[in-house]
Amino acid sequence: MATEEPFHGPGPGEPAGALRLVDLTMRYGDVTAVDRLDLTVPAGSFFALLGPSGCGKTSTLRMVAGLAEPTGGRILLDDEDITRLRPYRRPVNTVFQNYALFPHLDVFENVAFGLRRRRQPDVAGQVRRMLSLVALDGYERQRPSQLSGGQQQRVALARALVNRPRVLLLDEPLGALDLALRRRMQLELKRLRAEVGGTFVHVTHDQEEAMTLADTVAVMNAGRIEQLGTPAELYEFPATAFVATFLGRSNLLAGRVYGRDGDDLLVQAYGRRFSVPSARARADSGEVLLGVRPEKVRLVDTPEQVPAGHQWLDGTVGEVGYLGVSTEYSVRTGAGVELSVFAAADGEAPRIPPGTPVVAHWHPRHAFLLHGGSTFRDAGTAAPPPVPPPPVPLSAGPE
Amino acid sequence: MRRGRALPYLLLLPGLLWLVLFFLAPAVQLAATSLYDPAGSLTTGYAMTWSFGNYPDAVAAYGAQLGRSFGYAGLATLAALLLGYPLAYVIALRAGRWQNLLLVCVVAPMFTSFLVRTLAWKTVLSDSGAVVGLLRDLHLLAPDGRLLATPVAVVTSLTYCYLPFMVLPLYASLQRLDPRLLDAAGDLFARPGQVFRRVTLPLSMPGVVAGTLLTFIPATGDYVSAELLGTPNEYMVGNVIDAAFLVRLDYPQGAALSVLLMAAILVLVVGWLRRSGPTELG
Ligand SMILES: Nc1ncnc2c1ncn2[C@@H]1O[C@H](COP(=O)(O)OP(=O)(O)O)[C@@H](O)[C@H]1O
Ligand SMILES: [Mg+2]
Repeated sequence: MATEEPFHGPGPGEPAGALRLVDLTMRYGDVTAVDRLDLTVPAGSFFALLGPSGCGKTSTLRMVAGLAEPTGGRILLDDEDITRLRPYRRPVNTVFQNYALFPHLDVFENVAFGLRRRRQPDVAGQVRRMLSLVALDGYERQRPSQLSGGQQQRVALARALVNRPRVLLLDEPLGALDLALRRRMQLELKRLRAEVGGTFVHVTHDQEEAMTLADTVAVMNAGRIEQLGTPAELYEFPATAFVATFLGRSNLLAGRVYGRDGDDLLVQAYGRRFSVPSARARADSGEVLLGVRPEKVRLVDTPEQVPAGHQWLDGTVGEVGYLGVSTEYSVRTGAGVELSVFAAADGEAPRIPPGTPVVAHWHPRHAFLLHGGSTFRDAGTAAPPPVPPPPVPLSAGPE
Repeated sequence: MRRGRALPYLLLLPGLLWLVLFFLAPAVQLAATSLYDPAGSLTTGYAMTWSFGNYPDAVAAYGAQLGRSFGYAGLATLAALLLGYPLAYVIALRAGRWQNLLLVCVVAPMFTSFLVRTLAWKTVLSDSGAVVGLLRDLHLLAPDGRLLATPVAVVTSLTYCYLPFMVLPLYASLQRLDPRLLDAAGDLFARPGQVFRRVTLPLSMPGVVAGTLLTFIPATGDYVSAELLGTPNEYMVGNVIDAAFLVRLDYPQGAALSVLLMAAILVLVVGWLRRSGPTELG
């Protein structure tokens, strides 16, 4: 049967590779690499685990693959506890960071390795079909050292996928490739996924890669999951300052909630008053961060030009960065906070020279509200300086 | 420019001179001696008579010792491999911060003289020693059985003497082994035994080849072990050559045996490298 329809992932009735990590912990000495991680990966999803280098992504994958024993917690695959299962008994395969191809075996034998260990029928046929799926026909007798980086990458993929794992783990599989090749391989990966099926767990520190490839992204930081959702959810409504600044850029204004007006929360920051729809708020009292994405901020010359219902801060243009598709303005506001603004390079608006007084404005529904306080400090360099708001509002906002 | 191109050859020169002086010249002299008239002697002098008959004569007289040399050396090499591989494996992959200390322990015996160590074995294996006593008590040895003056003693000593030459190259090649390859094999359904057979062992073959050669070659020519721990029944070709040159003063025969030994080793080494060398070393 395996030879009739070789690359379909689990067939109907077979479990499809739903992965659940419960309270998973990994400690090396006194370094906690993975900290009581809870995560559910739906069967058949393309799941990205996104986080900066050293946040515990590889450690998590190694535990799922069975290559490292968790300090605590459980791993469930299709509701079966596999925490203590030996790696060679898990229906899970890995594409390793830097591939780890067997240097003493040719391409064919590398791909056949898993099939041979499990004494699968028709090894030659399965390997050939897999190699043609990754466009490596004719390379059977080459050694890994004779292949380019992109080709080695595809051998590593084929070597794992040929076993039709319920869950395929990919540890920064494109990290060693140059940019152009990386983009090409991303498309390749999407195509392969469509043909092969099964659950893919893709680890990366490249937010663009995660957003392009995955239908669900979990943002990881310091051994924990900060937020999980579709790329659009994470981008439009981040849950923490870390997510807001790691996934794309954000302007974060430190402030304090001082009231409520219908469905809106009222925030005071840098001596100004702002409002945020309560549906876009992660916090409804106390210290908060008011966030707005740089491309949601517009620039006009005077407060009179600000459209009705928008909120604004005035200032002067500082540095101007040309990014091709857009122009980045750094606006030093009178309130003392620096705002980053992306203006689409649509050929309509002229470039604004540094030193020009401007008014930056945005619509409240594009703003979001995060917990201030401790998460704020974790956000790192991208966060604004923690200037405490003056106790009494000096000038009223536009409303 | 010209000087620059000549430099590599100039650098080669001292080494080449050394080889010609201390290897090539004696080897030619040895080959010549092996063809001298066997009727000659040191006092009457030797005549070059191209006596190829020296070779069949030497084999007829000492074929047993020649065969024994290869037999003992082969057994010792095998024993050193079986002992040395796990040792090198643990030092290279499992020892962590103890790695350097363990390596020093492997090399430490070489700080004392070969002769002293072999004499120490004589004490260890003596009839009144603890080892023999224990083996007799365990009935692994007959009540009057002994270890000294047996092939066991000679092979044990050979194994012991050349073990570091086995362990060091094995360690070097295992140390270079990428542990992620072992992970990858496990991830691809290989059980620990299969990981060893399919990945660890093939990738450490350069070390195995180097280690077996470095053990086998000197063990074949060894004569101290048989001399001190064996009887004439355990004598190897080294003992015969030793006697031919220093006791019987039969230079042509000693030379013929030496040349035979070198040729046989060369044939075996080339055969071994052909079988297991190029695929793994290339
Ligand atoms: N074998 C190990 N021994 C000690 N510390 C380790 C080991 N592996 C990883 N770590 C530490 O655990 C943390 C997470 O590492 P890792 O899982 O490799 O992160 P990532 O893959 O996200 O870069 C890092 O601080 C790293 O230094
Ligand atoms: Mg990693």
